[in-house]
Amino acid sequence: MVTSVMPVAAPSTVTVHVLLFASYAEGLGFERRDLTLSAPASIGTVLDQLRRLPGGEQLPAKPLCARNLAHADREEAVVHGDEIAILPPLAGG
Amino acid sequence: MGFLTDRPIDLAALLAAAAAPDRGGVASFLGQVRNHHSGRAVLRLDYSAYGPMVEAECGRIAAEAESRWNVAVVLRHRVGSLAIGDTAVAVVAASAHREEAFAACRYVIEEVKRRVPVWKREFYADGTVAWVDPTATLQHAQ
Repeated sequence: MVTSVMPVAAPSTVTVHVLLFASYAEGLGFERRDLTLSAPASIGTVLDQLRRLPGGEQLPAKPLCARNLAHADREEAVVHGDEIAILPPLAGG
Repeated sequence: MGFLTDRPIDLAALLAAAAAPDRGGVASFLGQVRNHHSGRAVLRLDYSAYGPMVEAECGRIAAEAESRWNVAVVLRHRVGSLAIGDTAVAVVAASAHREEAFAACRYVIEEVKRRVPVWKREFYADGTVAWVDPTATLQHAQ
């Protein structure tokens, strides 16, 4: 008897959920997209991939970023399933 | 939680939420929509937000203030379409004494502006619309 095995993501990649807001969402034309990256990956890797998309050249060199609802540096590592948000200049208050 | 709201902010309700018999010093701050920005006449503003992170970051800011000073902090930020004079953000800090209430209130509003992911789109009297970028207008800061 052959046991079927569910296909799993190759361990050499990570998929993260990317969120864009305000002017960045307008510039790239989407608010939410999953990106699959070669591991190990960082927030900087996410930004590099976003810059290759249409409109991605509009992202500044050092945008504010968040990982799983907390501000994060571009050097911070990302793992499978992370929510990575790229934040335009904050204008609350 | 519930730091973010799409309803008008009721300061009296926030003051009541912060009140306690041992807190005699209550400081509050309201940020209201202005009718001008960088010399241009503003008709209204649309606020948008990264809601789950607003809740998380406001929770961290309030907790920081409450651990640093002996205060109770109540905080709200509004989203959606706001008219001139509408309250966009409100902070209430209540303490036994005014020094701590003022210090905590000031800390919370400064950290909100620096850390909370909210964006605003201004609609000008000349028909144009723009996302507000405070980092591009620092030289005009009051």
